Amino acid sequence: METINTNYFGDKFKQLQAAERGTIISDIRKAGFDTFNKTGLPTLRDEEWRYTGISNLFKKEFHLAEGEIQNTITGSDMDAARLPGHENANELVFVNGKFIPGLSNIRSSEEQITVLPLEVAAGGIYKEIVNQHLGKSSLIIKDGIHALNTSFIYGGVFIYINKKQVLERPVYIYHFSDARDNHVLAQPRSLVYVNESAKLQLVEAFTTIGSMDGFTNGVMEIIVNTNAIVEYYKIQNDGFNASQVSTTHTRQIGKSYVHAVTVSLNGGVIRNNMNLVMEDAGNEAHLYGLYLLKGHTHVDNHTLVDNTKPNCFSNELYKGILDDNATGVFSGKIFVRPDAQKTNAYQSNKNILLSDDASINTKPQLEIFADDVKCSHGCTIGQLDEEALFYLRTRGISKEHAQSMLLEAFAEDIVEQIKLEPLRSYVEELIVERLSVN
Amino acid sequence: MLSIKNIHASVEGKQILKGINLEIQAGEVHAIMGPNGSGKSTLASILAGREEYEVTEGSVMYLGKDMLEMSPEDRAREGLFLAFQYPVEIPGVSTTNFIKTALNEKRKYHGEAPLDAVSFLKLMKQKMELVEIDKSLLTRSINEGFSGGEKKRNEIFQMAMLEPKLAILDETDSGLDIDALRIVANGVNKLRDENRAIIVITHYQRLLDYLQPDFVHVLVNGRIVKSGTKELALELEEKGYDFIKDEMSLAAAL
Repeated sequence: METINTNYFGDKFKQLQAAERGTIISDIRKAGFDTFNKTGLPTLRDEEWRYTGISNLFKKEFHLAEGEIQNTITGSDMDAARLPGHENANELVFVNGKFIPGLSNIRSSEEQITVLPLEVAAGGIYKEIVNQHLGKSSLIIKDGIHALNTSFIYGGVFIYINKKQVLERPVYIYHFSDARDNHVLAQPRSLVYVNESAKLQLVEAFTTIGSMDGFTNGVMEIIVNTNAIVEYYKIQNDGFNASQVSTTHTRQIGKSYVHAVTVSLNGGVIRNNMNLVMEDAGNEAHLYGLYLLKGHTHVDNHTLVDNTKPNCFSNELYKGILDDNATGVFSGKIFVRPDAQKTNAYQSNKNILLSDDASINTKPQLEIFADDVKCSHGCTIGQLDEEALFYLRTRGISKEHAQSMLLEAFAEDIVEQIKLEPLRSYVEELIVERLSVN
Repeated sequence: MLSIKNIHASVEGKQILKGINLEIQAGEVHAIMGPNGSGKSTLASILAGREEYEVTEGSVMYLGKDMLEMSPEDRAREGLFLAFQYPVEIPGVSTTNFIKTALNEKRKYHGEAPLDAVSFLKLMKQKMELVEIDKSLLTRSINEGFSGGEKKRNEIFQMAMLEPKLAILDETDSGLDIDALRIVANGVNKLRDENRAIIVITHYQRLLDYLQPDFVHVLVNGRIVKSGTKELALELEEKGYDFIKDEMSLAAAL
């Protein structure tokens, strides 16, 4: 029997720390590794990981590009992974978890956006911002896998959007894992700072090249200031050998607006942590998710909306269609802290199971410590509406085609929330292609 | 065109149809009347292919084929159309797209090329005028948020688009006010022709005033107990179903 092996992380950590000590980042890493040593990898015994096993993925030794920033991706690899609308986008590229400025393409003006390697930002004029905001996700996510990312923060990216800049060009982030020669553990880290009255559309996508296993353990922290708008889209359509834990930790530190859509179509074991911390009164956030799964893909969407101040509004809608042996998890946590009076927080999770072997575990968790709030949650698990299916068939539409029409309609609720046009059409096509019968 | 012989059917073990016989030729309009629970809608459901109903005895031949062996979609492609008593709301599926898909699947089945966008829109426009349906309804999801009258009108519009050989209108008049009834009936009348048969299932005379059926059948307790011409419907309207039941019990007594 192979056993879970994480011992090699200790040496790698020491090597990384030896190269650079006494900086903001090395201090954060140190705290991260202390946590990792204490907690280890999450197992099914951890309440937050009851249905999602990742520790078994660590029976093999991963190649970990801890102190090196090396590009092994070619232009044609890049072209194959590009998303529609890329010619108008700012494109950032990570390879094996490291930001590669040379492959990236910033098309917006310097007045609008600054993109820097995290280490550079931490040592220059953005030092204060990095110091103040990097690593705050650790206050909320205390598990070992998150700490493992923090332990190896190196080669990340810092994205800064200037005050009052409404970016007409979205930012596309491509995460490549080069698993041609090794099992690869990629741990990208990003800090995104959206200043007052700015608008940012951000897209993350993942591509694993090669047939060895890839594991991406990514953490992105997004800081949203007063009157800013952030749209965030995550597209997961990678190979079955590609697993990931993807944490998006968004803090609305001023009264602002966040709109996020996560679309999961293919992969191995996927865990998404979508956190929203409402740190100012009057914040608004909309979270959407669609998981359209087949084979043995497992997708776990953990959402957290933490209301710490009054008058915040949040709405969550996650929908899933699961076929074959696919498994899904939805866990939606809503905190309403004592100060957060007049909170409005809504949550809904709807699932269609297409096969007897597919399964979903869904769990709302509302923890409310204020007395004047409106919160609701609901979940459904079912099959297709037989009556609708029959209606379509009586018009001459085949059963298979009628099924795909109904499933597309079910998915469309989420897809139409992608406000970035070329991306929406692209996702629509992927879904039609997946669900079509021809 | 349609030959129903001695159909017995049950749902969840309960026998609902107890030997129905009916012959329908192209060009004819047949009305099937009867009190609640007599089996009218069950008959419509069996003809359309609803799976919950089990046919325990008898046969249905449609255009020379064993209809009970055909899938609901193949029946539709062979020219059967059921206007639902309660049309289903299907959020997220656009009406236009749905009708286009239905039309093209039918064409494909008959070895015809799909309609191009221009011809389809032209056909839509023509049929919209025919059944007096507003374009705005067709851009919405199927029946979503439609009033009762709008749903029924949409059924007749679909019938106009699909040009069936045999149309079954299952209580299409129920829930309609007098204006909506007139519009729906006008639509149906415009679709009458010598190649098309229509079965109208109804409780009431009022739709038949507009449609003037060739034959009227009275269904009671799973059997057709009386058949006649349109005058039978008038008599029923006047005397109620009780007179039939009285006749039946009289016959039984003799």
